[in-house]
This record gives sequence, C-alpha cells and structure tokens, in this order.
Amino acid sequence: MGLLSKKDSKLILDPLADNNPITIQVLGICSALAITAQLKASIVMTISVLFVMGVGNVVISLIRNIIPSKIRIIVQLTVVAALVIIVDQVLKAFSYQLSKELGAFIGLIITNCIIMGRFEAFALGNGLWRSFLDGIGNALGYGVILIIVGFFRELLGSGTLLGFKVLGDPIAKTGVYAYGYENNGFMLLAPMALIVVGIIIWVQRSRNKALIEDH
Amino acid sequence: MEHLELFFKSIFIDNMVFATFLGMCSYLAVSKKVSTAVGLGAAVIFVLVVTVPVNWLLDQYILQPGALGRWLGEEYASYDLSFLSFIMFIATIATMVQLVEIVVEKFSPSLYNSLGIFLPLIAVNCAILGGSLFMQSREIPTIGLSFVYGLGSGIGWFLAILAIAAIREKIRYSNVPPALRGLGITFIITGLMAIGFMSFGGMLTGGDDEAKEETKAAVIENVEEKKDDKKEIADNTIKAVE
Repeated sequence: MGLLSKKDSKLILDPLADNNPITIQVLGICSALAITAQLKASIVMTISVLFVMGVGNVVISLIRNIIPSKIRIIVQLTVVAALVIIVDQVLKAFSYQLSKELGAFIGLIITNCIIMGRFEAFALGNGLWRSFLDGIGNALGYGVILIIVGFFRELLGSGTLLGFKVLGDPIAKTGVYAYGYENNGFMLLAPMALIVVGIIIWVQRSRNKALIEDH
Repeated sequence: MEHLELFFKSIFIDNMVFATFLGMCSYLAVSKKVSTAVGLGAAVIFVLVVTVPVNWLLDQYILQPGALGRWLGEEYASYDLSFLSFIMFIATIATMVQLVEIVVEKFSPSLYNSLGIFLPLIAVNCAILGGSLFMQSREIPTIGLSFVYGLGSGIGWFLAILAIAAIREKIRYSNVPPALRGLGITFIITGLMAIGFMSFGGMLTGGDDEAKEETKAAVIENVEEKKDDKKEIADNTIKAVE
C-alpha cells in the first residue's frame, strides 16, 4: 500500500476483521440475512452498498460543516435515498431479473444501519479522503460476511455456485450425487442465514479472545 | 374476513423479524432488557400504523404509473413517478416520526416519557421502511387493509422483540461457550425461533390448499369408479349374451 499511509490503510483493513460491521458493530444485519440464499445476489448487494457508502460518505463529509445538526438525519436520509434510487434504476436497466429477485431489499439499503452508523460516527467528523476510505472499508467488511454466507448457503442448499453446478447434476446423478449426496434444502430457508452468521461469529471470536463479550 | 386473514398472516406467517429479517439492528441492540424492549416495540407498532396508510395514499395517488391522472385530469395520466417512491417514503417516515413525537409530547407526556427515547431511533429502523415497501410490492388493495397490515406487522415485531428479550434475560444464568456469548447465541436463538415460526406457515394458506387437492382427488376417484362400474355391466351383458 504505497499509496496509503499506515493510518489510512488501517481504515480499510480494520473493518474486514476485528472491527467488522456485521459481526462486531452489529450494523446492517437485515439485508445481510435476507438476500444471501444465492451468491450472485450477495455480490450484487455488496457492490451496491460499496457504491452507496463510498459516495455517500464523501458527500456527507463535504457538507458536514453546513448541515444544521437538528435536521441532519433527514439530510442524511435524503442523500442515501438519492444514491439508492440511482442503484435501483441501474439494476432495473441492466439486470431486470436480479432486481426483481432483490425486490424491496435494494430500497432497504436506505435504512441499512451501516450507512447511517458510519455517517454519524465517521463522516460527520472527518475529512473527505479518510471518509471515503472508511466507507469503502466498511462496505468491504460487510461484503465479506455477505459473500461467505452466500457461498455456504448456495453450495450446501442447491449445490451450485453463481448458478454453475459445481457438485454435479442432482437429477442425472453425476459428480458427488453419484455417491448418494443430497442437497440440504433447509439451507435456503430464512432461519439458516441466522445460524450461519452465528457460527461465523463463533469462529471469529474463538480465534480472537479479545472480542468475547461478557453476556 | 379478508382483514382478519391479513392480520394474522402479517403477525405469524410473514413475521417482520423471523421471515424477512426487518428491523434486526434495533432488535439485536435493544433486546437486553424486557422493559426497554416493550417500549421500542410499542413505538414501532405506533409508527407503522401511522406510516403504512399514509404511504399507501401517496402510492395510490402520486407514485403509481398513471396515478396523477386520477385526480389531475387526463393530461397527467402518462406520468410514472414510481422511481421516486424510496425518497417519498423515507421523507414521509422521517416527518411522521417527528410529527408523532411532537403530538405525543403535547397530549400525553407520560407516553412521551416512555416512548420518547426510541422515537428518533425509529426513523432509521428498517422495519418501518420495509413495511411501506412490502405494502407497495404486495399491492395491498384498500386503505383499510393497509392499516391492518401496518398493525399486524407491528404486533409481529413487538412479539419477536419481547420474546428474545425475555430469553436473553434468562440466558445470563446459563453456561454458554465464551465465544458465543452475547451476539452469537442471540443469532442462533433467533434462528431457532424462526424455525418455530415457520410452522405457522400452514395456518392459513397451506391447509386450505391441501383440503382442496384432497377433494379434487376424491372427485377423480369417483369418476373412475363409475367408469369401472359401467365396464363391469358391459362385461356382464356380453357374458349373458354368450
């Protein structure tokens, strides 16, 4: 990272692990769980959030000195809503099928707590470049969890990755299905998303004892 | 009947927390004590009941394709403002929350004291915006039904946060593996509760469908039996002739 100073690169790297927005800061859970039945949807969601967070943090940081603090929440919501409308329209234009599947959840990026949380905690008090890095870092940290959950749910639930049959064909009984392997359809249902995230938290905290909560 | 069905459906089958994961952030953050959970839950019910019908009106008369034509005359009928729905809904929610806060403070200070801290939090609760967006995507036909939908979803959310808060108060005395303590175990409990709530799925629609299929099957069997009878009669007559 020759481009970034040590302090700046920390802004990007911290949220990926020890200060992860989902598993540690508990922000942005809603969409992380609802759309992760497929890897493709997780990736699209990550890119959307990356865009909204990066640009949104920059905008808020630019106008941070002129927003009256009493109405700052409405101003922030308006900025995010405008950015999300751009994402939604682009998705509708280039990938209509996917935008149908994601449905209301693209709109719910507006109230994704990660975005409001980072605006409040970081962009309102920091300069342009650092806010941008913080936005990118947190969106990537969010994306990492989304992609891990999406990977396992799609692989174990329907035996595919991004739609490719990596485990063989379940009907023609090729690949691992020839040995009697069955897809676990339960992984596609809503409750398993919660349990998979629970397990990720478990693994992360057993590796880093400093993160353990006392009840 | 329609209203009652939607009411129970939005509480149990399409429960905000367990089926669509809406409002998870505050659900996880404010569920450490039952008393605060009750306060936030009540505020969510209140705001959902107000905002869903208001957004329904906005959707019907401004946002839908051709909606402007209904009351502004034919020349506006070709406008499609549905791309503005996110920004309209969130603006309505933010202002309604502010308005509700002012009204409640004025008329019922005791309610304000118990809800007060939570009201600003609610503007950014995904359950509220989610309620409006699902109302739009599920095309709820009348304002009465949208009111019922808001009420039902709110009560469903209230039930969920009340249940998890009660469990979290008790789990303090259990021997949870250290790395799972706090957030991890809460996720897993919520997952198990969601599995439990899935069993409500057959309550309204699933049961009916099965019953219909059974009667259909029975009808088909009857027809076949009659055919068999006719065959037997024919066979017998042929034998008799022989």
